[in-house]
Amino acid sequence: MIYFEALDVSKSFANHKALDNVSIQVQEKSIFGLLGPNGAGKTTLIRIINQIIGPDSGQLFLKGEPLHTGHTEDIGYLPEERGLYKKMKVGEQALYLAQLKGMKKDVAYKRLREWFLRFGIEDWWGRRVDELSKGMQQKVQFIITVIHEPKLLIFDEPFSGFDPINAEMLKEEILNLKAAGATIIFSTHNMASVEELCDDIALINKSRVILSGNVQDIKKQYGSDLYQIKIRNAGECSADVFGRLGNMLEMQRNDDTCSFKIVLNQGVSSNELIREAMNIGQLTGFEEIFPSMNEIFISKVTGNSIQKMIRK
Amino acid sequence: MKKILIIIRREYLSRVQKKSFIVMTILGPILMAALFVVPVYLANVSDQQKRIAVLDETGLFHGKFPNTSKVVFENIYLPYNEASENLEELGYDAVLYIPESAVNPPYSVKMSSVKDMGFSMTATIENIIKRELEAHRLSLSGIDKEILKDISVDVKVNTFIMREGKEERSFSEISYALGLLGGILIYMFIFLYGSQVMRGVIEEKTNRIVEVIVSSIKPFQLMLGKILGVALVGLTQFVLWIGLTALIVFSLQQANPEKFKYKEPPKITVENKGLSQTDIQQQQDALKISESQSNQLLEGISHIQFWNILVVFMFFFLFGYLLYASLFAAIGSAVDNDADTQQFMLPVTVPLILALVSLNFVLNNPDGPVSFWLSMIPFTSPIVMMARIPFNPPVPLWEIGLSMFFLVVGFILTTWIAARIYRTGILMYGKKPTFRELFKWIKY
Repeated sequence: MIYFEALDVSKSFANHKALDNVSIQVQEKSIFGLLGPNGAGKTTLIRIINQIIGPDSGQLFLKGEPLHTGHTEDIGYLPEERGLYKKMKVGEQALYLAQLKGMKKDVAYKRLREWFLRFGIEDWWGRRVDELSKGMQQKVQFIITVIHEPKLLIFDEPFSGFDPINAEMLKEEILNLKAAGATIIFSTHNMASVEELCDDIALINKSRVILSGNVQDIKKQYGSDLYQIKIRNAGECSADVFGRLGNMLEMQRNDDTCSFKIVLNQGVSSNELIREAMNIGQLTGFEEIFPSMNEIFISKVTGNSIQKMIRK
Repeated sequence: MKKILIIIRREYLSRVQKKSFIVMTILGPILMAALFVVPVYLANVSDQQKRIAVLDETGLFHGKFPNTSKVVFENIYLPYNEASENLEELGYDAVLYIPESAVNPPYSVKMSSVKDMGFSMTATIENIIKRELEAHRLSLSGIDKEILKDISVDVKVNTFIMREGKEERSFSEISYALGLLGGILIYMFIFLYGSQVMRGVIEEKTNRIVEVIVSSIKPFQLMLGKILGVALVGLTQFVLWIGLTALIVFSLQQANPEKFKYKEPPKITVENKGLSQTDIQQQQDALKISESQSNQLLEGISHIQFWNILVVFMFFFLFGYLLYASLFAAIGSAVDNDADTQQFMLPVTVPLILALVSLNFVLNNPDGPVSFWLSMIPFTSPIVMMARIPFNPPVPLWEIGLSMFFLVVGFILTTWIAARIYRTGILMYGKKPTFRELFKWIKY
């Protein structure tokens, strides 16, 4: 079921078009990755979803309803540039922002206490924000983002500024939130996290969506009959052992094992490759290689073909 | 609406709990009370009594120098040199030498002291000598003192305003003071709290918390909440100041009723029985005059319609602030730090300063056309109208109403414009925008 949908959204600023007929669909209880180079329009789209700015044209729907101000309480937003009132006490500030999201004070207080305990920062409740380390502030900000248990969470570059330990913790929390039934949109440059977390993605470049869909489908779609084969005790390890089957890209010898990377020719099936490999020696490894999201990303943005990039 | 209240609450509490607010709130009334109390206290505080030796060769001044709690005059009959060289041994602070030649021009009199005797002491002595010498010279010319007293007149022009065929006393001095005070207070309030709004906006922007907040509420609500919250802070401080000042002055009066009797006539102890009846009469007359003047002042103050002025004052106080505060908020949203505000502050502060500078003119011509127009233009009307209000004849109701109407319209207009700059500005970082860009933001 589609939880959030943007239809033909456009937005122009004084000198440039930030979004040009952008459409995305986010499935309920999934993690949606918004990818794209800097300045592509990701943050503009996110701000429009958060109703911080309005689109020039296009429609937005949350659970089938046109987006309205009441929806802000169903959305939790962690902006890319994070910040809190420096002179304000942590607990007070969290309560304030939770109330702005429409929570009752006592409920917010109880829930905040639980979260603070869980993150091990309960002693910081009465401290001023500027006494906290950066990592601590990030934790506080994360809690503030999720405290009202929003159905839709939007993280803009959530992993930037986190150290590896906190980034790992954040990843886990995001997966927990998904398991608890939240729908998550996040924008990132970090392609490793996309493959780990995202169900679907949209790739935005120069104000347009240039690629979107399920991560696995996209990878298959950009798969290119590339296989890796490992053979032990091969008689010989030469570039033309597979002769007519395909194009040898890479060949390595390691003690008694030969490994090959090969792109099959049109019309040749992987079974033929396996049969041939068994003739050469003891087949120990066989794997179809998909391009990484990183490679797809770069190829789409720069316009180079995947094959060319992988072969490099 | 409920969310604006949450914003107002935070803006208010975070400022009221600041140390600087508490210090200012306590220090302000102490300073203001000191302004009332210290002069009275000093005037009454008994400094060490001074002893002045009078060496009078003319014989005209016997007993003419009145002894007070501050100074005692004693006649001595020593050569001047001996007295002046042995002041301390003789136990005097100074010796006043009036030689025989003093009755003729250039009337020179000499006083020697160990320490400086101070300006007011010297002036008092000069006055007495002058009076006595004049009397002496009058009698030499054959003019009787009584006749002169009969001739001399004291005139006070009592001004009246004709209204609906009735005479009303006008008290321009009091109106002037009230108008000036009101105008300056409004000016200060707009500047102080307007720039607080501006700094608050810059703080939120540079902290980057603003994006989190505007994902919960509309930018306009945030701006309005901040402006209203700061207004409440200003009102709180204002009320506390007046209350605390009154409290301090009142409690000091209660604790020390003797020292704070304003209209207590100065005590003159007449040591010398030879003082003539006419002299005593003269002194009492002088006191009566000053008493009747202070009575007139009281009458004038009681004529001022304080409640009317207060209501009008509160209105212009508040809306003047609101008109400017939104502009200050817009400036804050357009820049990244305090230093960049200068360029945009100029067009906002010019009308304010113009209003302040014109105050003197307006107070002297409260009914002139310049005053009228300045009190209609929303950017100057809070200060100028406030200056006009205390005068008699009162500013016509329709003028006050029209001025208020324009001010409210102006407030709505500036807030609308400011809000459009604000909602774009808070999300813009980096380069300082130009005025052209600000205009573009308004048109978005």
